[in-house]
Amino acid sequence: MLEIKNLHAKIDDKEILRGINLTVKPGEIHAIMGPNGSGKSTLSSVLAGSDVFEVSEGSASFYGKDLLAMPAEDRAREGLFYSFQYPVEIPGVSMVNFMRTALNEHRKYNNLKPYTAGEFLKLMREKKNLVEIDSNLTNRSVNEGFSGGEKKKNEIFQMAMLEPRVAILDETDSGLDIDALRIVANGVNKLKSKDTATIIITHYQRLLDYIIPDFVHVLHNGRIVKSAGKELALELEEKGYDWIKKEFED
Amino acid sequence: MSMVDTDIKTEQRYTSLFSEKREVLDKQVSQTIASHRNKSIRLFEEQGIPTKKLESYKYTNMLPLFEENYGYDFEHKVFQQDLSQIFRCDIHDLDATTVYLINGWYYRQNQLPNLLPEGVLIGSLAEYSTSHPEIFEAHYNQYAKNDEDSLVALNTAFAQDGFFIYIPKGIVVEKPIQIVNIMHSEGDLMAFPRNLVILEENAQAKILMCEHTAADYKYLLSAVTEVFVDKNAVFDIYNIQNQHNLTTNVSSVFIKQKEHTSVLTHNLTLHTGVTRNNIHVHMDDEHCEAHVYGLFITDKNQHVDNFSFIDHAKPNCYSEELFKGVLDDASTAAFAGKILVRADAQKTNAFQRNDNLLLTDMAKMYTKPMLEIYADDVKCSHGATVGQLDKKAMFYLRSRGIGVEEARILLMYAFAYEAVEKIRVEAVREQIRNLVEAVFRGELNKCNSCVLCDNDAETGFSCR
Ligand SMILES: Nc1ncnc2c1ncn2[C@@H]1O[C@H](COP(=O)(O)OP(=O)(O)O)[C@@H](O)[C@H]1O
Ligand SMILES: [Mg+2]
Repeated sequence: MLEIKNLHAKIDDKEILRGINLTVKPGEIHAIMGPNGSGKSTLSSVLAGSDVFEVSEGSASFYGKDLLAMPAEDRAREGLFYSFQYPVEIPGVSMVNFMRTALNEHRKYNNLKPYTAGEFLKLMREKKNLVEIDSNLTNRSVNEGFSGGEKKKNEIFQMAMLEPRVAILDETDSGLDIDALRIVANGVNKLKSKDTATIIITHYQRLLDYIIPDFVHVLHNGRIVKSAGKELALELEEKGYDWIKKEFED
Repeated sequence: MSMVDTDIKTEQRYTSLFSEKREVLDKQVSQTIASHRNKSIRLFEEQGIPTKKLESYKYTNMLPLFEENYGYDFEHKVFQQDLSQIFRCDIHDLDATTVYLINGWYYRQNQLPNLLPEGVLIGSLAEYSTSHPEIFEAHYNQYAKNDEDSLVALNTAFAQDGFFIYIPKGIVVEKPIQIVNIMHSEGDLMAFPRNLVILEENAQAKILMCEHTAADYKYLLSAVTEVFVDKNAVFDIYNIQNQHNLTTNVSSVFIKQKEHTSVLTHNLTLHTGVTRNNIHVHMDDEHCEAHVYGLFITDKNQHVDNFSFIDHAKPNCYSEELFKGVLDDASTAAFAGKILVRADAQKTNAFQRNDNLLLTDMAKMYTKPMLEIYADDVKCSHGATVGQLDKKAMFYLRSRGIGVEEARILLMYAFAYEAVEKIRVEAVREQIRNLVEAVFRGELNKCNSCVLCDNDAETGFSCR
């Protein structure tokens, strides 16, 4: 369970998150929507442990532990996954090596023996099928030369490999054609269980046709200004964000 | 025995030593080798030991390194012991023809395979200078630039032995020829190995050079290797340097290329004290290609200076340079890449790149392209970068649960990877991949041995 209380974060004295409150329980799907620049990616990367932003106030606990006190890698090992809006290309690091290292670091953290090469490859094959990712993508360097859609699929593939308890998907749908969108959504749905939670950050209602959220939140100017059920997403789709901006101008 | 005077000029110590030892130096070598000495010692004296005042040594002052009192091994006693008593090279998976040198002297009991292709000669420079005078005279000291680098001249003055390789017309030597030089002494030592490689038309060969410093003494190695590559021949030379911090290693390679030849040089410096690599490629005919690569990984106070000179003397040639450096702690390194495109050399393609990764604020990299282009229809490009580990990539890796240390290793390896992949011999490439990763993991604790060999470092040896 993820519990965020009054979270403030800034960069160069510019406050970007201005008091976020959000509780995500196992089995739930939350959607966070909001206009560009409202702080959605900032919230995700602060939770994931980016040191670009400075947390100036508030707290976040993850299954009872102080999330903000942990280094990024421990947050991941505890079961938090962040699907980047802009996945990073890392030429020279092969996908296989990357994933094997990541998985074995998780296992070490949990006092498990590292996977043998055989075990690892078997797992990789299974998960590849699950998210319908092309084999020649996993034979390449991390995200290098991947198209926008391939990068997003690769994020979901990594999620499938790491089996997180809470996943934050930051605009995983943007830049995807309808087929890719369906594949990504299917992947997310298949990985879903009563013990895991998903936070979907999106601009559009589109993805929410495939992944039905329990809650929809609107982030504006660093605050969650509105929370409701899935019908809010439809309302936003219809009316856009201008009315939100107007209503919560300050 | 060593040179002791402290008041006289350093150069003079070498010239006096030369006069004093002249007879000894000439004892085992042919007239040809001897006949080049006088002029060379003069050239050495005139030019003096390089200091930073020289454009080509701007980043490395050699003088203090030559001021040390080194012993020498001019009267090398042909090694009577069985070499395997002190050293054995068990190359893991690499199928190579291995020969040994001791302090630059060719080990006379080297066992060559019976299966060497016909006419191929691999052996002692001193011996072949006498037994094969025609081939030898035609090439010896024809490519080394004694008048451009005093250290090359010094080598020619003191040259006695080294390896000699001759690949006759049309012969392809499939197996890499591995040359392991072992520094074996009971005190500080200097050596001037001199090597000569001749590939006739349509011949092919690849050489791996590897240094082994067997003891905790100060070593000064100043080697010159000349290579002649005749028409359509293909030649690779990989110089793998893994020496302890008390070593000064000057390695100069001079390559002369004829028509339609392909040459690759790769200097891989994994550990050293001070290293200076000179790579001189003379494209003396049309349709030559030269691939000139380097990878250096430094830490502590190590210093590596790569100096390349690609001489595009004729039209339609292609050269490609890539040097990559990873610098940790307070280490320093330099790259200077001279490309000369002579007026005659139209349709030249010359590309040069030097990328460096600095892991600390104290590490320093100097990089300098030196392009002199006198032809008008040419494609030349050069670029240099000095950067730190990519913060975004770092965060991405950590966000997947990879710890900072492991992420650093992955990223350093990713950086070096491009240079490693340039190795054209697959088995060597595989080996070097593992070695480079071991270096980044800090697991290569043998800083004194030929890393291709699977032998253990002497116990009690310190990797400073
Ligand atoms: N690295 C950064 N440096 C400076 N400002 C930033 C940085 N990252 C984000 N911001 C600012 O923070 C605000 C929120 O950005 P972001 O979280 O990316 O919004 P969203 O994801 O909702 O579009 C924007 O005003 C943006 O300009
Ligand atoms: Mg965003």
